Amino acid sequence: MKVIVCIKQVPDTTEVKIDPKTNTLIREGVPSIINPFDTYAIEEGIRLKETYGGTVTVISMGPPQVKESLKEAIAMGADDAYLLSDRAFAGSDTLATSYTLASGVRFLGGADLIICGKQAIDGDTAQVGPGIAEELDIPHITYVKKIRQIDNSRIVVERMVEGGIEVASTTLPALITVVKDINQPRLPSLKGIMRAKRTEIRVLGAFDLGVDQTRTGLDGSPTEVIKIFTPEVRAKGEMLDGDVEQQARTLVERLKEARVI
Amino acid sequence: MDFTLPEEIEMLRKTVREFVEKRLLPISMQVEEEDKIPDEIVDEMKDMGFFGLPFPEEYDGVGMGELGYVVALEELGAANAAFGNLIGAHTGIAGMSIYLDGTPEQKQKYIPPMARGEMIGAFALTEPNAGSDAAAIETTARREGDKYILNGSKMWITNGPIANVIIVFAVTDKTLGARGGISAFIVENTFPGYRVGKVDKKMGLHGSYTSELIFEDCVVPAENLLGKPGLGFVTAMKALDMGRIGLAAGAVGAAQKALEMSIQWANQRVQFGKPIGEQQAIQWMLAEMATEIHAARLMTYHAAYKADRGERVSREAAMVKMFASEMACRVVDKAVQIHGGTGYMAEHPVERMYRDARILKIYEGTNEIQRLVIARDLLKAGK
Ligand SMILES: Cc1cc2nc3c(=O)[nH]c(=O)nc-3n(C[C@H](O)[C@H](O)[C@H](O)COP(=O)(O)OP(=O)(O)OC[C@H]3O[C@@H](n4cnc5c(N)ncnc54)[C@H](O)[C@@H]3O)c2cc1C
Ligand SMILES: Cc1cc2nc3c(=O)[nH]c(=O)nc-3n(C[C@H](O)[C@H](O)[C@H](O)COP(=O)(O)OP(=O)(O)OC[C@H]3O[C@@H](n4cnc5c(N)ncnc54)[C@H](O)[C@@H]3O)c2cc1C
Repeated sequence: MKVIVCIKQVPDTTEVKIDPKTNTLIREGVPSIINPFDTYAIEEGIRLKETYGGTVTVISMGPPQVKESLKEAIAMGADDAYLLSDRAFAGSDTLATSYTLASGVRFLGGADLIICGKQAIDGDTAQVGPGIAEELDIPHITYVKKIRQIDNSRIVVERMVEGGIEVASTTLPALITVVKDINQPRLPSLKGIMRAKRTEIRVLGAFDLGVDQTRTGLDGSPTEVIKIFTPEVRAKGEMLDGDVEQQARTLVERLKEARVI
Repeated sequence: MDFTLPEEIEMLRKTVREFVEKRLLPISMQVEEEDKIPDEIVDEMKDMGFFGLPFPEEYDGVGMGELGYVVALEELGAANAAFGNLIGAHTGIAGMSIYLDGTPEQKQKYIPPMARGEMIGAFALTEPNAGSDAAAIETTARREGDKYILNGSKMWITNGPIANVIIVFAVTDKTLGARGGISAFIVENTFPGYRVGKVDKKMGLHGSYTSELIFEDCVVPAENLLGKPGLGFVTAMKALDMGRIGLAAGAVGAAQKALEMSIQWANQRVQFGKPIGEQQAIQWMLAEMATEIHAARLMTYHAAYKADRGERVSREAAMVKMFASEMACRVVDKAVQIHGGTGYMAEHPVERMYRDARILKIYEGTNEIQRLVIARDLLKAGK
């Protein structure tokens, strides 16, 4: 089985600060990590390899420093890694990112299964996984919490949906995005670190991928960020006093006052 | 001069730190109370490669040399001392003895399973009548055909009860003394005539086992003689040089953790209406702790760097062992002081660290012996 895992390097904080003047993320001084959801994607890829054989290739689009994250994926057990990096990719929105990553997958000769995280903790859109699948014209299943069954032509998974679990299946090749429940990612092994040191991360640019440059980077990004702001903290709720009966009575009164009932 | 560590060693540090934070720190108190490292944690450490840190990859080791070993032990030092002690005795002195002086066959036979953690190592030199005066050992090895027959006992041997491979030092020729009369042997715990004696109760290092080992007509194949016959003492001293550097690294890691906890406490504990960290008395302690740790860390890295270049490090190893162990004892003492009564309570990690640090000045050669080694080396060089 040939698996490709897409990982994004993100700032190590769940509270990404935004520069109010430029509306961009402030990345300076924040250490970079692999998007936490993507570590589950890597782990799942490695587990598939351990069970069914095959290879796990990791790809990422980003600046040269992303090599560090790709090496970490190798130390965990991935076979090889590619960095999609080019000035022409700078300023990509989710559409351009999806197109570029899909081009990377095509360059690598496709895959039986592509695994993404459910979303990136900085951009948070959850669009890139499905975007890649659409660009490649293959099926995708999001929020996967368990792979029930997989063979050369089909995959059966459990996916998280509001209030329950949905069992879904599709033909391969396909793309899945995974949630935290799917596994417990391993730490890199100490021996894997030496392997990562020796592994050269190949950098693929616009020319290597043969992409249509009107579809990459700023030029290929129709998204216009008009304003980014931190949502205001919601007003505190009101605590109702008294025993259960009293509380229920007050609650009904309040709801009536608010014309909810 | 470049003080940056190689990229892979930085990655090793990050990985070990994460492992320590996620897996070891949460169970450090449990290890203390149960006097045992849970089996599944030992297995995880084996899988990750902790048992083969300094050995080359062709022996299933991690291949990051003494420097990688030192950085890993430093990070492990933040957790219960039992973890570093397990690794230190196993790789630092037992495995290292075979790696430094073993024949190609011995290395091929023992290092890979030791590096994978399938075989646990111990280093058995000390005896009831031979501590600092290690040349006074009384355990004997008598040659009989293609075998040696060992008789005697060793005491306070780290990993003793769990060891599968024990490096045993025994007298092969009483007339020759330390140089020429003592040989090293690789003894497996399955050899007839070998058994584990009393397991010791200790002030600290709970979770690390120390015991007596008994040899009663213990049969050792002649091919398990380690190094040149009669030169076992040379093997012991070479391995101890490396072990001492690792020991210093553990001391640095423990001291660093004690400092971090002290800083946190100094910022948080309020007396006389302000955090105690605003008192100059506390500030001075913190400044001294940090400075000494910094010095010991650089000394330790330097000794490891020199060892990796294949240079002789006896003097430096003795210096870092002595300085780092005394530094760690001073630092944990100050950490207890900064924590006040809280630091004396068994629930608090600094109470354990205070007890655990004390051994550092005693084993792998007491600090008096380290001073002796350093001074002799100085005087010899000055002649
Ligand atoms: C409103 C908005 C504001 C933005 N602001 C900025 C900004 O200030 N600065 C800036 O640089 N960018 C900005 N972007 C761009 C955004 O960070 C990229 O579009 C990003 O590459 C993908 O979006 P996401 O982070 O939401 O990923 P998601 O779609 O949430 O990611 C899902 C999964 O897709 C995969 N994936 C995503 N990105 C990559 C990648 N690059 N390489 C490999 N796999 C990947 C991972 O598996 C990931 O788990 C902004 C985008 C939007 C929509
Ligand atoms: C927890 C623990 C684990 C151990 N693990 C191992 C192990 O794995 N393998 C192993 O072989 N041994 C091990 N030992 C033994 C340890 O190495 C010895 O305890 C140590 O070498 C000191 O020997 P001793 O205890 O007999 O002290 P002694 O030699 O009796 O020393 C007593 C005191 O006299 C001082 N002294 C002795 N001679 C001199 C001198 N010439 N000049 C100045 N001062 C002197 C010493 O420094 C010390 O202060 C361990 C000990 C402990 C406590």
